[in-house]
Amino acid sequence: MTQDAIEMIDVDKWFGDFQVLKGINLNVKPGDRVVICGPSGSGKSTVVRCINRLEAHQKGVIKIGGVVQDGSAAALEAIRSEVGMVFQQFNLFPHLSVMENLVLGPMKARGMTRKDAEERAMKYLERVRIPEQALKRPSQLSGGQQQRVAIARSLCMEPKVMLFDEPTSALDPEMISEVLDVIVELAEEGMTMVVVTHEMGFARKVADQMVFMDEGEIVETGTPEDFFNAPKSERTQTFLKQILQH
Amino acid sequence: MRIVLSLAALLALSGCGSSDIWGWYVVNPMTASGWTNITFLVNGMGATILLSVIAASISIVLGLLVALPGLSERRGIRAINRFYVEIVRAIPLLPMLFWVFYGLPIVFKSMGLSIQIDPFWGAIITLALSDSAFTAEIYRAGIQSIAKGQAEAAKTVGLNYFQTMRYVVLPQAIRRILPPLANQFIYIVKMSAFASVIGMQELTRRANELVVTEYRPLEIYTLLIVEYLVLVLIISAGVRWLERKMGSDERG
Repeated sequence: MTQDAIEMIDVDKWFGDFQVLKGINLNVKPGDRVVICGPSGSGKSTVVRCINRLEAHQKGVIKIGGVVQDGSAAALEAIRSEVGMVFQQFNLFPHLSVMENLVLGPMKARGMTRKDAEERAMKYLERVRIPEQALKRPSQLSGGQQQRVAIARSLCMEPKVMLFDEPTSALDPEMISEVLDVIVELAEEGMTMVVVTHEMGFARKVADQMVFMDEGEIVETGTPEDFFNAPKSERTQTFLKQILQH
Repeated sequence: MRIVLSLAALLALSGCGSSDIWGWYVVNPMTASGWTNITFLVNGMGATILLSVIAASISIVLGLLVALPGLSERRGIRAINRFYVEIVRAIPLLPMLFWVFYGLPIVFKSMGLSIQIDPFWGAIITLALSDSAFTAEIYRAGIQSIAKGQAEAAKTVGLNYFQTMRYVVLPQAIRRILPPLANQFIYIVKMSAFASVIGMQELTRRANELVVTEYRPLEIYTLLIVEYLVLVLIISAGVRWLERKMGSDERG
């Protein structure tokens, strides 16, 4: 039996008195493509941020590649080497060129030489189809291009799992598809991924597991067919009706 | 500009008219004695600059070291920063200078160490310490102004805390805090005048000494003010140049 890439067992998290996550159970196997959706404030971003420990959970167990996440240096090391992350707001480093954004992690965290790091960076820039922008600043690029750079920056660390936290929510509508196309390609190549998104067409296309969250709980999980065509929970039905109306 | 010029003309004219009030001869570059006096005064410039530059450099490093614990998520570590800032910035410069210059050697002696502190280093320690509390607050505000997502993104590409600071957060923060840091540097230049009271031969000390022999405080202190003005204007021009350079850097 293969090791789960991500395993969450009964995870609880509070912000002060407010419980954002209530007993979250989630298993992601290598090669799985999980899409999490739900209304805003439902805790879906927090799930992703707990997986790579940008937030610490208070109860339950999170395992990444079998390593229990307890905040120890060794556990953090496991996350940083296995999990890549793409943010809603891109979070590119504005004072560095695209190329410098890409080589920073490989050079400083992995100790790669500049030559090797730049070769790898070019490889992934070509993958996201913007090698010609390597020497520009992030501010000179469109939102869609910036998000593709952010994806390339994550790929440069060659992670086993990619987390996407609403990767297209900050984009102008005409740029959404160029970013989603890149993510779909990654999925087709077999990348394990957890994607928080409202793009239901995309979800239908790539997901092999849908997760619907509301008020800090996982309300429903299932294959895309079951989830979209025959949602069991009333809350899921309402949500889907609202989001698919237009 | 016009007002300044007419004011200068008025001062100069009144100087010619009634010798009871004005006596610009003490600093008249056309006479030998006047020139000697000017040279004596301006020769303090080197000490003032050296004092300010060293003190500011120490303060910039110390301020960062004090600021970092202030950004911690743990209250106990933040307390170190608050304690330092609140205490140090509450101490007036002059008493602190006396305490360092006259007091510290006694403290050292009671610990069995014989460390003497000369006016130069006494002044530098005091200026740097006093200023570091303010620099620390500037750093803290500057670092906090950088979006949290920047540090998070740095983490996700494997950078540790110091790499995140060094390569991602500080380079961005420095651009924003350059103007207030320059302010602090100008403040140090002016506060270095206090070093005169422990015998440091800088601009103000020299002016004081000349006043004692020439009895012409008004003219000599006027020149002293002009000396500081020139220094500060040079610094301002330098900072503006630096800002332009860094600004263009950010735009690419």
